Amino acid sequence: MNELTPFSPANRASVAPTACWSCKGPVDATALFCPTCKAVQPPRAVDHFTRLGLPVAFAVDAAELDRRYFAAQRLLHPDRFATRTPRERAISQSQAVALNEAYEALKDPLARATYLLGLKGVSANPDGCHTVNDPTLLMEQMERREALNEAATPEAAAEIAREAASHVRESEAAIARAFASGDLDKAGTETTRLKYLVKLVEEARARKAKLAAARHP
Amino acid sequence: MSTPLLQIHEPGETPLPHEQDRGLAVGIDLGTTNSVVAIARGGKTEVVSDPDGRTLVPSVVAYREHETIVGEEARRELLDRPEIVVSSIKRLMGRGLADLKTIAGALPYAVAPGAQGGMVRVNIGGQARSPVEISADILRALKARAEAALGQTVDRAVITVPAYFDDAARTATRDAARLAGLDVLRLVSEPTAAALAYGLDSGSEGLYAVYDLGGGTFDFSLLRLEKGVFQVLATGGDAALGGDDFDDAVAERFLKERGQKEFTTDQVKQALVTARLARECLSTQDEWTGTLDLDGKPSRHKLDTATVESLIAPFVDRTLAICRGVLEDANVPATGLNGIVLVGGTTRTPLVRRKVAELFGREPLADINPDEVVAVGAALQAEALTVGSDTLLLDVTPLSLGLETMGGIVEKIIERNTPIPVAKAQEFTTYQDGQSAMAIHVVQGERELVDQCRSLARFELRGIPSMVAGAARIRVTFAVDADGLLTVSAAEKTTGVEARVEVKPSYGLSEDEMASMLRDSIENAREDMERRLVVEARVEARRAINAVQSALAADGALLDDGERTGIDAVIAAVEKTISGADRDAIHAAAEELEKVTRPFAERRMDRGIRAALAGRHVDQLR
Repeated sequence: MNELTPFSPANRASVAPTACWSCKGPVDATALFCPTCKAVQPPRAVDHFTRLGLPVAFAVDAAELDRRYFAAQRLLHPDRFATRTPRERAISQSQAVALNEAYEALKDPLARATYLLGLKGVSANPDGCHTVNDPTLLMEQMERREALNEAATPEAAAEIAREAASHVRESEAAIARAFASGDLDKAGTETTRLKYLVKLVEEARARKAKLAAARHP
Repeated sequence: MSTPLLQIHEPGETPLPHEQDRGLAVGIDLGTTNSVVAIARGGKTEVVSDPDGRTLVPSVVAYREHETIVGEEARRELLDRPEIVVSSIKRLMGRGLADLKTIAGALPYAVAPGAQGGMVRVNIGGQARSPVEISADILRALKARAEAALGQTVDRAVITVPAYFDDAARTATRDAARLAGLDVLRLVSEPTAAALAYGLDSGSEGLYAVYDLGGGTFDFSLLRLEKGVFQVLATGGDAALGGDDFDDAVAERFLKERGQKEFTTDQVKQALVTARLARECLSTQDEWTGTLDLDGKPSRHKLDTATVESLIAPFVDRTLAICRGVLEDANVPATGLNGIVLVGGTTRTPLVRRKVAELFGREPLADINPDEVVAVGAALQAEALTVGSDTLLLDVTPLSLGLETMGGIVEKIIERNTPIPVAKAQEFTTYQDGQSAMAIHVVQGERELVDQCRSLARFELRGIPSMVAGAARIRVTFAVDADGLLTVSAAEKTTGVEARVEVKPSYGLSEDEMASMLRDSIENAREDMERRLVVEARVEARRAINAVQSALAADGALLDDGERTGIDAVIAAVEKTISGADRDAIHAAAEELEKVTRPFAERRMDRGIRAALAGRHVDQLR
């Protein structure tokens, strides 16, 4: 249980307790289960990092994220409540939904960067505002897409995918540095770049698959 | 049930005091060709067999004049009285008329006239029956078989469905179980169930793929197995691709060889039986010769392995293309797996094994009987859900879910391979001034155009308050539960008006149809329904007693002797009603308990809040 106690904000003890829906007694605002009657509690309105017991930061260790997600699902997944009352089943489902949402948002670096920017109040709208300010990015992406369209063999497409994937890794590292140094503007523009790169990788892989399929009908 | 002497449980885990109320929980693989029922006790599984030792029940139903026969005996009727026999009904679950495939120009099912929209009905034994009713007959037979073998009532089950089953087919399966008098604990994807059985058996960890080719459906799932967690990473498949297609191709060849122009549904059924027989022979020998006797006109047919393989190769290739797509989705190379598990009777076909081995660069695993592994996994999950277990299945949505927007374009709300349960919402607006209603069309599939996706349901959202175009904010929420079943709700947000929603399932049964079927079925007569409601009332009343007793143990000091005696008396009264079967009395007593403990609850909360203000933690109160 201990390692599942959500990341503790400094003012935690001063947060007023809420009433347990089952035994009506006081429950800490962050508790998953009532300390008195052990009933599962509805998900709290916390950020995705806190929900999974992680510090609010871009750097997330994938193995640690999995470990915490699995541990939380072990306690809260609807399969653990299959023969309980309808109310407990419904609460467990909403808890599992919240966990899945948090996991999906944190697992993927692009989703995580976008989410974290939002948390920090930066409107990270990779579809719009940053693009206009960044002609270099636009040129770079247009050239790569052109190269992809000209790729005639699965090997050529695979090479573009590999190259783009290595750019993705570089971009993720740059985002991590920007967040670590508190440079949210840089994190924002780099996140926009990452979005384009990820899309390019997907398209290159799709093209590779298509060309390979055409070769072996 | 055998239970260990001492079990330690985390909060919220399932060992339940009310288990004695219930019958056994089994695992059921409701297959296209064969069905299997299994049970797990103390982690040990047992596949239920009939007195002759057979574990597979052919999913075939014969409707004789006064009795319904399921299984081997029904299958034997196929050649003699095809008009009363129905097989492969799973292929029609949640399907419409347009989904059906013809063989040599004829349908292998006698489709009931008038069944144009919605789920198709088949005419069998002189009556139009829905696939849900026919599946319910198979489930009833499986339930009876398990009860006979285990000597106890069986009323709950984990039922497996193809991972790639859409919402309509899943709902149809769930409805069939209800008709058969079974509570569905969970619908579990077939490859996931197989992985559970396989992983627990072999203690494997790492990245595994399950290639599941059954009689009518194909699934391919990629899973990560780690310390009791079975996490599905990606899944793909075709809910209308399986061994039946192999038989169809062979049957079509026989029918064409007869040089006849037109065939009846019953003739197609007979050709299919012969085709299946020929294919079975060819799995052990290289050549087959036999006779197809249609209405007294026999024809001789010859078949060899090479011919069959050329007939079925296109289908096998389709499965491999699906495998490649799933690997692509998950960005895993075909050779990067720790193992590939074969599931489903059709994987016994030598060509399938050869091609799978070739694609993955390794010999596939088939240590557990591919016909039984899914039921075994379902049984393990049934035990996990009722008794508790250390394993955890984390599954995903197989297909994207979305809405029709302007121009017939699909707006995806939940992408495929999203972990379930999941809930996502999106806001839409009106396009006309004063628009008071909005049509919502829910679809499932990967394509961009509505016509190319599967229609699940149509809604009408009414009662939108009068506003200028674009001012309304209609929030549509899609929620998929752990069974993979979708619920859609909609509400207008600016005014807080919860608009009324009407659902018309595109290929399901309406609530009215379901209600009338339930009325007609003997197993679900009124007393059975009442029994369930009493069980639910008891579960809820026990929950209330446990909560109060926990509170008394922790904070009893907040009460004086008189108050305590009063609460104890009401608890005793609730317990007394629980031992009876009067649902209203149980509810009334539980309500009384709630009322009498209200001042106690208020005092507990007051103390908690005061402690929090003083900077102390709830856990530190005592």
